[in-house]
Amino acid sequence: MKKLFSLFLLVLSALIFVGCSSDSSSDGEGDGANDAGEDNKKVEIFSWWTGAGEEDGLLALIDLFKEKHPEVEVDNAAISGGAGTNAKAVLATRMQGDDPPSTFQVHGGDELNEGWVAADKMQPLNDFFEEQGWMDKFPQDLIDMVSKDGNIYSVPVNIHRGNVMFYNMDIFEEHGIEIPTTFDEFFAAADKLQEAGVTPLALGDKEAWTATQLFENILLGVLEPEDYTALFNGEIPFDDEGVVEAAEIFKKTLDYVNEDHASRNWQDASQLVGNGEAAMINMGDWAKGYFSNDLNLETNEDFGYFPNPETVGEFVIITDTFGLPKGIDNEEETKEFLAVLGSVEGQDVFNPLKGSIPARLDADPSKYDQYGKDTMEDFSEAKLVPTLAHGSAAPEGFLTKVNQAVNIFVTQRDVDTFIDTLKKAASDL
Amino acid sequence: MDQKININKQVDIQPKKKKKRVTSDQLLAVGFLLPSFILLLIFVYGFIGWTGWVSLSNWNTLVPDFSFAGLKNYIYLFGDYRFQADLRNTIFFTILFIGLVIVMGLLLSALIDQKIKGETFFRNVFLFPMALSFVVTGVVWQWLLNPSTGFNQFLEVFGIQPKWYTDTTILAGFEWGSIEFGLPVAIIAVVIAAVWQMTGFSLAMYLAGLRGIPEELREAARIDGASEFQIYRKVILPMLTPITVSVVIIMAHISLKIFDLIYAMTGSGANFVTDVPGVYMFETTFRGNYYANGSAIAIIMLLLVAVFIVPYLLTNRRGDN
Repeated sequence: MKKLFSLFLLVLSALIFVGCSSDSSSDGEGDGANDAGEDNKKVEIFSWWTGAGEEDGLLALIDLFKEKHPEVEVDNAAISGGAGTNAKAVLATRMQGDDPPSTFQVHGGDELNEGWVAADKMQPLNDFFEEQGWMDKFPQDLIDMVSKDGNIYSVPVNIHRGNVMFYNMDIFEEHGIEIPTTFDEFFAAADKLQEAGVTPLALGDKEAWTATQLFENILLGVLEPEDYTALFNGEIPFDDEGVVEAAEIFKKTLDYVNEDHASRNWQDASQLVGNGEAAMINMGDWAKGYFSNDLNLETNEDFGYFPNPETVGEFVIITDTFGLPKGIDNEEETKEFLAVLGSVEGQDVFNPLKGSIPARLDADPSKYDQYGKDTMEDFSEAKLVPTLAHGSAAPEGFLTKVNQAVNIFVTQRDVDTFIDTLKKAASDL
Repeated sequence: MDQKININKQVDIQPKKKKKRVTSDQLLAVGFLLPSFILLLIFVYGFIGWTGWVSLSNWNTLVPDFSFAGLKNYIYLFGDYRFQADLRNTIFFTILFIGLVIVMGLLLSALIDQKIKGETFFRNVFLFPMALSFVVTGVVWQWLLNPSTGFNQFLEVFGIQPKWYTDTTILAGFEWGSIEFGLPVAIIAVVIAAVWQMTGFSLAMYLAGLRGIPEELREAARIDGASEFQIYRKVILPMLTPITVSVVIIMAHISLKIFDLIYAMTGSGANFVTDVPGVYMFETTFRGNYYANGSAIAIIMLLLVAVFIVPYLLTNRRGDN
């Protein structure tokens, strides 16, 4: 009896084992069948938009698409966490396993061009852009950022600006400080503030990119757009005197930051500006959403903004784009989704919610708040450059090494070692 | 060795007597073990082997590149500032963490063992932190030890303001490779959080051990005129040695592989004062796409843990036989 029972158990476990494996494989086949058969009516959109405003934007965009194409099913495959790190890890696994999503979020610039395009995983979209009449609707600088060797590879949805200085207006008023436009003016203001017992600049570099972003902004201020771009194209070496000068200014700037910067992330650091402990913070314009939505501060009353010193008329772009991977079997539907994504209507539905500005130049400014309007105006006139800190100016591998070098520099303040490390990292580019 | 052969012989003899029955039993056993054995073989050992192979390849881009690189990735790592700092931090973290967990666990269990009132209550109080995940512990202690918001507001009364995990000083440091070797002050903050969480575990282990020591032994020692302190030092502590060994092994593998606590609490820290190999591996692999470098870190971590675990397993096996 006992033996019979254990035999029964064995058979049962074997069945479960076999059942599980066949279950999962049939699941896989089912997915494949859904993609291939059933009239290809499914688009899978892969992103890391799960945060407050951005998820609303994505859902609104999907609703708009469903309205236009009710026959197509949309699968929102957003993965949260780590500012896209988790999503990027999953994406890498899927792409390497030849199981790409229909379309996925990727920053324009090297993250796209030196990543997926160089890996030969993307399809060119030149004809598609012509067809949609988009060639003159996006700024040329931006189209260049999503192109490699003359082929366009993705559709930009939004623009964030990466060289903004947010400041506490009360503090500026109280201490009689004018908006600084040069480094000298910035340091003069910083000295004044420090004497008055206010932290001049808030920094939260628990995650290294915030410090890298500050350095990148200074670098742009010193080098000007032409040399800045040339630096990342390898035409100017990293031990160029401009880079050394930028490192010196970066070093000096670090004397003015809050002491506990290593324990704060960018939100915690922004809080210092919000509650008046610090006067300024260098941040991308997602900080605007944090100030107005999370801290309930009024734009241009409680906090103001200006371009980082010596970057007036220059615009560091962070752009989210969506491309068309190779090896998907629902190209038609995906292209229809991209068409909605790149349309004025699509961009105006998404961006006000996300707190970014549209990538197109002909969007409707009345749908945006004052900050958005100002940024849109700057965007149409300014010189556009790619961001290093968010992976547009250089490949992720280089960025990882720069982040490490910056992390060490913030503590050691050793310019020579810093420049050496950058140069060594650049030699692997 | 001889003993082993004997045992095997005995097993061999038995089937001859009742051949049929034992075979079906064996079949059954094999049948039960086979699925998990195969899964284990593929998903644990297979992937360890795979990781080892990747660590010897040139795969440091998005696109897999399996050309053989030799020990290039390992050589790079051992010359790397960040990895050297990681090794330093791991060494000091492990020593402090294990030492404190043992001392605290022993002390608390000795106190609880005094047949006090409300023993269950205290035992639970000390055990509770273990029910939390390291991520929760990390976030809580990040705020408690934050230099401007936490515990320091209390310490302000006494005029001390430690910088906790934002401190970048290295105690008793000297140049070693490209880093300064010494105790990173920031790691102490992490050790406090980790000890807070894991002391309950060693407390429970030691309490069980103490309860297993017969009262007669203490009585005998007392009659021989030993003081309470001497009883602990000469009688009880030596009898707790097997428990100490287990605690060390379990804590060592936790501390060598630690990732979540650091990731949630401090991140890499300024100048990598709180960075550990686990965090470096994650960032270099999944942010920088340096797959081969990341694999090399994983293999080094595996070897570090093996240094502790393998001797333990070997002695355990000998003990069983």
